[in-house]
Amino acid sequence: MSTVTSTPPATAPASGNRHLMAWGIALLLGLAAPWLIYPTFLMKVLCFALFACAFNLLLGYAGLLSFGHAAFFGGAAYIGASLAKDHGLSPELAILGATAFAAALGALFGWLAIRRSGIYLTMITLALAQLVFFLALQMPFTGGENGLQGVPRGRLFGLIDLNDNTAMYYFVFAVFVLGYWLIQRTVHSPYGQVLKAIRENEPRAISLGYDVNRHKLLAFVLSAGLSGTAGALKALVFQLATLTDVHWHMSGQVVLMSLIGGVGTLFGPAVGALVIVTLENELADKVGSWVMVIMGAIFVACVLAFRRGVVGELLALRGRRAPDE
Amino acid sequence: MPLFDIPIQVLMGQLMLGLINGSFYAVLSLGLAIIFGLLNIINFAHGAQYMLGAFVALLAFNRLGMNYWVALIVAPLVVGALGVVIERTMLRRLYQLDHLYGLLLTFGLSLILEGLFKNYFGVSGESYPVPEGHAGGVNLGFMFLPIYRGWVIVASLVVCLAAWYVIERTSLGATLRAATQRPDLVQALGINVPVLVTATYAAGTALAAFAGVLAAPVVQVNPVMGSNLIIVVFAVVVIGGMGSIAGAILTGLGLGLVEGLTKVVYPEASAVVIFVIMIFVLLFRPAGLFGKQA
Repeated sequence: MSTVTSTPPATAPASGNRHLMAWGIALLLGLAAPWLIYPTFLMKVLCFALFACAFNLLLGYAGLLSFGHAAFFGGAAYIGASLAKDHGLSPELAILGATAFAAALGALFGWLAIRRSGIYLTMITLALAQLVFFLALQMPFTGGENGLQGVPRGRLFGLIDLNDNTAMYYFVFAVFVLGYWLIQRTVHSPYGQVLKAIRENEPRAISLGYDVNRHKLLAFVLSAGLSGTAGALKALVFQLATLTDVHWHMSGQVVLMSLIGGVGTLFGPAVGALVIVTLENELADKVGSWVMVIMGAIFVACVLAFRRGVVGELLALRGRRAPDE
Repeated sequence: MPLFDIPIQVLMGQLMLGLINGSFYAVLSLGLAIIFGLLNIINFAHGAQYMLGAFVALLAFNRLGMNYWVALIVAPLVVGALGVVIERTMLRRLYQLDHLYGLLLTFGLSLILEGLFKNYFGVSGESYPVPEGHAGGVNLGFMFLPIYRGWVIVASLVVCLAAWYVIERTSLGATLRAATQRPDLVQALGINVPVLVTATYAAGTALAAFAGVLAAPVVQVNPVMGSNLIIVVFAVVVIGGMGSIAGAILTGLGLGLVEGLTKVVYPEASAVVIFVIMIFVLLFRPAGLFGKQA
């Protein structure tokens, strides 16, 4: 989506200190948060924030709109839940296994989808994800309409009991920070620069000698793998993996999160996840089934009038105030 | 004369159902292709507009006693008018941007429409009576043909052929095709391209509504009927490619038949067979059966 954003400049030496400070403040806030806010809510936000940031790696930096990310998120939720519940794996191994599964699925989706571009790619990912949805509905280990329930959180590294909500929160927080750091490193690496070049002008990137398809495929794998991490984490937090996680609504929701927060900004999708999860929590009891209409309306409003998203607008504001920064 | 030990009546019955589904695929993918040709957007709301067509018919029947044949004209007009509003007030602002925004916008619209109908009608839905004179069926010897189902197939084919004729064989169609290639030149020749664009979007959505009314008596009319269908139609579009109108029609019908056949031979796979075919087409003919590589 080349017209969306001017991405923030890669960490320049001058802004390095500032960057460290931002990280420090964010880390402190994250560590203090469970004492102030209900941890389960925070964990939900963090899982979706990681999901949205991973999704945005593909949309915001490679310019590929996938409408099938629910397959990675939900598929990994099932695999992670099954590894922990049916095979008795410890939580960290269950999450790693689910991540590997999602990355492999991402490689498969990517391998098929990048044969076409633009909206065709979007339709292909949507159709492939629907295939995964039907598999989840029919395969014996997924529990059909009931999903996988009562997934044990287990003991982290055999030591820390994750049934304690505070311990679980810090684990989720640590995974999120790790995932976010990985995404940031990727975006600011030479590989990330090539990805942006492909987004801006694919023929030119090809003529410069880059193997565009290999770069796109790698982006797919990274994005899918981290989405899987988020899905497996969510399955452990709520001890549940259901069809909701693999339904195309989920794919739509993660697009919406990125859009609200700011496509092509690093932290935007996390903000978007916070907005959407909060809205869902607040609205669910009050307006019931109107949630879907409200989400749709937000979608339309974002596309028509608010394409840069929250973080994108903030960055643009800062850019206007200090143009030489 | 059994085939794989399947009675011929069962086989023909399922092929018939497949052909009906195929007709809906054909009409819907045709609408998508027409809209895509000129507007360069994928109308995600197509499924919702199909659902809307069915609901307009149902509500008009329940509240006003409007008969089926009138609804077949009125529902497309209502949905087409909504299409005009959508194009004029929203889509129009997005043509200068990346094409993905059109998809995102129409996705949001489909959520709104589906959500609204879910609120008022729940998800179970209602059935629409088969129009008078089309109830019952005829025995063709090798199978029993319900008259209404035959009518659905005939009506879809006629509409598809009419659309093909208008686009490929009339001067209006020539203008349309020219505007697809070079809107700026067509505009310079004194043709009002913005109006053409609006009309095209309205016509595409009206086609979806027409399919909705046709479907109303054969399926349960409910708010999710469109979203379930549209994903399959996307796969159909990927398989066929949007390059040719005839291609869209043929692919739709053919895939419907394949789906029907799968229901007989291996029912578990019938929900996914089109997606699996899509994978194979991507592997061996990535541009689609009738497509030009974009």
